Amino acid sequence: MTNEFTWKVGGAQGEGIDSTGEILATVLTRMGYYIFAYRHFMSLVKGGHTNYKIRANNEEQVDYHGDTLDILIAFDQTTIDENEDELITDGVILHDAKFAGTSKRDSLKICSVPMSQMAKDLGNVIIKNMVAAGASSYVLGIDPNNFYEQIEAQFGKKGAELVELNKTAFNKGYDYVKENYADVQRPVPAATKPATPRLLMTGNESIGVGALMAGCRILAAYPITPATEIMYWLLGNMKDVGGKVLQAEDEIAACIMAIGANYSGVRAMTSTSGPGLSLMMEAIGMAGISETPLVIIDVQRGGPSTGLPTKTEQSDLNGALYGSHGEIPRVVLAPTSIEDCYYQTFHAFNLAERYQCVVIVLSDLLIGMNKMTLDTIDLNRYSIDRGEMVTQEQLDALEKGAFKRFALTESGISPRSIPGMKNGRFCALTNEHEETGLEIEDVPMRKAQMNKRFRKMETLAREVNEWGVDYQGAESPELLLIGYGSTKAQIAEAVKNLDGMVVGHLQLRAMMPFPSDAVKRRIDAAKRVIVLDNNFTGQLTGLIHREIGYHDKTETLTKYDGNPFTVGDILSFVKG
Amino acid sequence: MATLADFRYEKATWCPGCGDFTVLASLQQACVKMGLEPEGVCCVSGIGCSGKISQHFGSYGFHSLHGRSLPTAQGIKMGNQELTVIAAGGDGDGYGIGMGHFIHACRRNVDITYVVMDNHIYGLTTGQSSPTSKKGFKTKTTPAGVAEEPVKPLELAMTAGASFVAQAFSGDLKQMTNILTAAIQHKGFSLVNIFSPCVTFNRVNTYEWFKEHIVNFDEMEYDRSDKYEAMRRVHEAEGVCTGIIYQEDRPAFHEVVLGATPHGTVKENLELSHEQMSALLDQFRR
Repeated sequence: MTNEFTWKVGGAQGEGIDSTGEILATVLTRMGYYIFAYRHFMSLVKGGHTNYKIRANNEEQVDYHGDTLDILIAFDQTTIDENEDELITDGVILHDAKFAGTSKRDSLKICSVPMSQMAKDLGNVIIKNMVAAGASSYVLGIDPNNFYEQIEAQFGKKGAELVELNKTAFNKGYDYVKENYADVQRPVPAATKPATPRLLMTGNESIGVGALMAGCRILAAYPITPATEIMYWLLGNMKDVGGKVLQAEDEIAACIMAIGANYSGVRAMTSTSGPGLSLMMEAIGMAGISETPLVIIDVQRGGPSTGLPTKTEQSDLNGALYGSHGEIPRVVLAPTSIEDCYYQTFHAFNLAERYQCVVIVLSDLLIGMNKMTLDTIDLNRYSIDRGEMVTQEQLDALEKGAFKRFALTESGISPRSIPGMKNGRFCALTNEHEETGLEIEDVPMRKAQMNKRFRKMETLAREVNEWGVDYQGAESPELLLIGYGSTKAQIAEAVKNLDGMVVGHLQLRAMMPFPSDAVKRRIDAAKRVIVLDNNFTGQLTGLIHREIGYHDKTETLTKYDGNPFTVGDILSFVKG
Repeated sequence: MATLADFRYEKATWCPGCGDFTVLASLQQACVKMGLEPEGVCCVSGIGCSGKISQHFGSYGFHSLHGRSLPTAQGIKMGNQELTVIAAGGDGDGYGIGMGHFIHACRRNVDITYVVMDNHIYGLTTGQSSPTSKKGFKTKTTPAGVAEEPVKPLELAMTAGASFVAQAFSGDLKQMTNILTAAIQHKGFSLVNIFSPCVTFNRVNTYEWFKEHIVNFDEMEYDRSDKYEAMRRVHEAEGVCTGIIYQEDRPAFHEVVLGATPHGTVKENLELSHEQMSALLDQFRR
């Protein structure tokens, strides 16, 4: 496609790869390009191979980093070895002259640039980032003024000297490539959108914003990749709205503190990844039976156990759906993009309080830690709905001690009081209990309470067919592609590449309650159905089988190597 | 003004003679004495016989999970610091499965009162050894006697940073009530370990045994803020002592946590103003 280009920088962890990528990502966004930035990294602080890829489009939003690569900046030979296959036929490699820089592919254009040496001459090794940015600027045909502006914005506060140093480094890289490899220039298409300020953010940040806007005022969490950035962002912003971020001693405490805070009347959540979610299982049951609202954000990573901490996967689905002992009503949502992380998080808080239950938001590393340009976020799509709460007047009208926190209502939702309200006393019990909360073991009441709790899900099960799926395509497609959560971008792009085929794309945003009617209708109407599962055992396929059948009609495309699906993966499976 | 009746809720189901009855009564008396209203108090318990206390106490309550009373209580306190939060549980609950949380709650100095009903045995699961069972104590799970050293709650709490450490005996209602009152009034994390005999399964550490062995620190003169002195005395008494052992004036967690406010988090506005929302999104504008 001519309105796009891709660029990647790679090297050892700790070499400033991310900052090099960030500079270009910011410059491009300010110029009016839409970008998606993808971070490939390892679970160590220094060494190993890491890279940062940017896909830019001059016209429309991009929510996937793309299968191919035009320009590669290599700070070491490993970067070439590990990434050369991704380069297009006449792709360009700009490598640091401190190593020879060889490729097994003859068609590639290889340019040796003394990045480290130039940085060393300027007295600052780290500044090779800026040399690389200058070199990239020439190859991409971007006016250096765009970078100068960014350098001033970034370093202006630290003094003119640093600004000049960075500009000098930039110019050295720019001039070197211009003088020695003038013919490798690949001028990028001009951005067609006016360069008005747009949002450049990650899914984790989008979740943080969604939580704050939804009224979340306590986050209790334990650091874990790839979810920690939610905590970081909220640490920087929660204090301004009177909220608190609590770093708990472990995920068990984190989840239970969040339950305690919700019980006290605050909107609170916890954020984690797979291993942490496992530790929270007993707490999930506690929130379920005590009917305390709770939002859990699970940014999935490769499993099992501590698995692949820095790689993406969608393998916590079954845990989220069925984890914990006993049976409780719960909601499981799956954001489909960085933007959707905002909406789903906001919605999660409303559902948690409206249905007084656990809501798990299943994000993953692909959308969690990666960044894209968004035109805007619709702040008015959701507004705060705290569900059924008793008023002080209602409590005053009751006889002393007569408040039934777990009243057997028709909707299954029992209006709740919060501590501090006079005559609203109740004890939230993890044991089975009767309507006021006293422990019981008698058969009719046990059944009545179970029935009541699950009645809450009946309304939700109907409405989930409305907002729990996104569908695009023909009414009766010959091929239906089904995915959940973050696989949306690649499926959508694959569909565009299946010209001449009548294709439908169904993306699930809610996993529990399962939007059975909506999914069944689409599968009914399709000739061939392929389900995408970014895991080994085909958890989404299993869920579809369990909920609506269709064992014979569904094929499964799995991927479990730690990487997200590529468009190529999907196309080759479809074409068999 | 609330009365004792306001702090009562349903009849307790403990075995006749159980030490937990007086712990409950003492907590109720302390609250009345301090002029607290039931709706401003929250009693959070863990699991086991002691865990039932939150149901019988006439305030708001949360009967949480085995070992999880402290994280629940801390979540509630951080949600609304204006509530009087009392966490209560047993020695198995608090010093076994809940040990990690115990140490961290001490460090954090969250302003809650932690009451541990310590009977040196697992009662509700019918008589196994607990973390505070004395070495050599024979139970169903330790037929040859407990092989491990017992957990030392007072020393542990002091080492971990609790700012109020006390111990009481459920056979002495008056002293227990005084201690609980001081503990609730103390700003910061207060541990009150209470010897609360299990009349059904522990035939060694009985009321009589405690009466014979307890040393009353409240009758001793010493600097209560001197941690080393307190430690030395507890060590000398082999942990079988009562009274306010140690007390330190230190800011509570809700006063020093990032984003601390003079009122409960629960009172914050949930809706952000247009300016606040724009400012949040401006961070991402490029």
